[in-house]
Amino acid sequence: MVGALNNALDLMLKENDKLVVFGEDVGKDGGVFRVTDGLQAKYGDGRVFDSPLAESGIAGAAIGMAIGGMHPVAEMQFAGFMFLGFSQMVNHAARYRTRTRGNVTLPLMIRTPVSGGVKTLEHHSESPEIYWSHMGGIVVIEPSNPYDAKGLMIKALRMTDPVVFLEPTKLYRLFKQNIPDEAYEVPVGKAAVMQEGTQLTIVTYGTMAPLVKDVVAKKKTDAEIIDLRTINPIDEATIIASAKKTGRVLIVHEASMSFGVGAEVAARVAEKAIFELDAPIMRVAGPSLPYPFPAYEKYWVPNATRISQAIDKILQE
Amino acid sequence: MLSKAWDGSVNYCQMMDEQGNIDPLIFPKDLDDKKIIEMYRWMTLTRAADAKALSLQRQGRLQTYGPSMGQEATQIGTAMAMRKDDIFVPNFRQHGVFIARGLPLDVFYLYWKGYEEGCIIPKEVGGMPYIVPVATQIPHAMGIAFAQKYLKKDAAVVGFVGDGGTSEGDFYEGINFAGVWKLPLVIIIENNQWAISVPRARQTAAKTLAQKAVAAGLPGVQVDGNDVVAVYKAVTDAINNAKGGATVIECVTYRMSMHTTADDPTKYRSDADVAMWQKKDPVARVKTYLTKKGVWDDKKEQQLANDNKEEVDAAVDKAEKFKPDPKSMFTNIYSFMPDVLKAEMDAAVEADFWQEE
Ligand SMILES: Cc1ncc(C[n+]2csc(CCOP(=O)(O)OP(=O)(O)O)c2C)c(N)n1
Ligand SMILES: [Mg+2]
Repeated sequence: MVGALNNALDLMLKENDKLVVFGEDVGKDGGVFRVTDGLQAKYGDGRVFDSPLAESGIAGAAIGMAIGGMHPVAEMQFAGFMFLGFSQMVNHAARYRTRTRGNVTLPLMIRTPVSGGVKTLEHHSESPEIYWSHMGGIVVIEPSNPYDAKGLMIKALRMTDPVVFLEPTKLYRLFKQNIPDEAYEVPVGKAAVMQEGTQLTIVTYGTMAPLVKDVVAKKKTDAEIIDLRTINPIDEATIIASAKKTGRVLIVHEASMSFGVGAEVAARVAEKAIFELDAPIMRVAGPSLPYPFPAYEKYWVPNATRISQAIDKILQE
Repeated sequence: MLSKAWDGSVNYCQMMDEQGNIDPLIFPKDLDDKKIIEMYRWMTLTRAADAKALSLQRQGRLQTYGPSMGQEATQIGTAMAMRKDDIFVPNFRQHGVFIARGLPLDVFYLYWKGYEEGCIIPKEVGGMPYIVPVATQIPHAMGIAFAQKYLKKDAAVVGFVGDGGTSEGDFYEGINFAGVWKLPLVIIIENNQWAISVPRARQTAAKTLAQKAVAAGLPGVQVDGNDVVAVYKAVTDAINNAKGGATVIECVTYRMSMHTTADDPTKYRSDADVAMWQKKDPVARVKTYLTKKGVWDDKKEQQLANDNKEEVDAAVDKAEKFKPDPKSMFTNIYSFMPDVLKAEMDAAVEADFWQEE
């Protein structure tokens, strides 16, 4: 996925001369995960450059650049630190379009590595998607594979919306996928049906998407797997259609259970399809407590066993 | 070894004193009587519009309002120093800047009547809308300045912040980035001595607010913020130097009125304090100067007051005729209309939730 993202940024830097890439260590170093590797050498330090170490300043700078007619792509080094830019994101990025009734739009992207499973220090493994989704106004994207990562990033950078682009750290180098060299788009706001099935619907995204796929394959469950890809705005239509078709809905995500994306999906399924369900809606998610230190994370992150047991349980209902 | 790592100082500048006397040696050459009368015009219009807003609020015709009275010299001096293409980024009290930059007055009232439509700033005004979270606009000003430089435009960006706002991290982050990236930015600190009930001395132990610039590697100056000429000169110089980098200007002024209409300043400050600052009134000072020079009289003053009243009343009239469309809340969130948001909007329309009370 690192290569796909790097390629997408490369293509967009070429396509749009108002686009710049900046953040902590993104220049010469190419970012701590190398997503921006080589881009400064190729486009110069006027287009790809380091910023001082200050997340509110980074988010605020991106907002100002967008107001000024540019299309900034800012990196937050880790999800836990993007909270230092929280005020700028929720008070301004999310609101500027509505505040000015569409007269000022903010074409910008804040991208950051998210989620755990890679044994790092405290604050390097958070799954912050709902924080950016709740108030409305920010498009929140989280790809689960290289193909989508590239296509979603290109599409998002051709839009005029503020976008939070969440990149699961664990998937940066998990698997290789052959993807087209040229620019292509993956639609924003549309979930992907990763595989069709009839027994149950599993709604997932991010780190959990490849894991769910593996578990389902091993168990030979005839599951329909939906990868949300865009968290906000949520693709309700795809979820409801599948729920009505299979009659069973399991939601799997890494972020904490309480007030999470799973709650949102479950509520929508309950509102629109409850009489067509054969079993209660179920959730597999991280516990409702802060992400632990690395030695404990194996007890925190949902694993294959938990997903497998949940599938057995929902099918027995 | 012991040596000086940095040696700097912050200068204070006044050009027109409380009695309207000037020092002709340092008085800016481009400020003729015509221009000073124009400044006076904007200052009085701002004060009239401000007084009207306060009275409308007391009648329940406006939402919570933050008066600008006492800060006209800082705001008009800055606005007049700005060139046509320069861009200002306010906090929430810079009414004079909007007015002198030509914002239609009804748009000002629309904002304080509680409509987002009051944030639709015509392009030629060259400004961003009011920003409520203190100091969060400073990183925007810095980013907009970045865009001017990146897109090879000549414009400078003028960002405003209060004395209280200088304690916020965003203030420092904004000026620090501007220093590193060498941006065409001018920061006006409107030091009106108060952040609601907290006095200037409780914000920082630093002797001046201007010296905060030093930590960002920028020049900082302090001026008499009730002296429209000193403000004009300082901002003009900063804008002329903007291509070489940012400047921080602390304007020492006073919030003569309440923080907002929800505030009662008698709880925390003395009448003597207010009376002392009343003697430094920035508007009276210019009038005294012009009168002493023989270019202003009671007749002109009366005419100006009438003109201002007419303009203000017409604007209020227009703003009060505005009819909001609740759908506009939904249609300006994304560049596209998500199904789920449209469903919420359609449901509200269908259920007729939006009837006038
Ligand atoms: C981030 C933030 N914290 C608190 C407030 C509430 N508040 C509004 S104005 C204000 C005082 C601001 O003082 P100053 O920066 O000196 O500006 P002034 O009101 O004097 O113009 C406070 C605390 C706010 N708007 N934003
Ligand atoms: Mg103040």
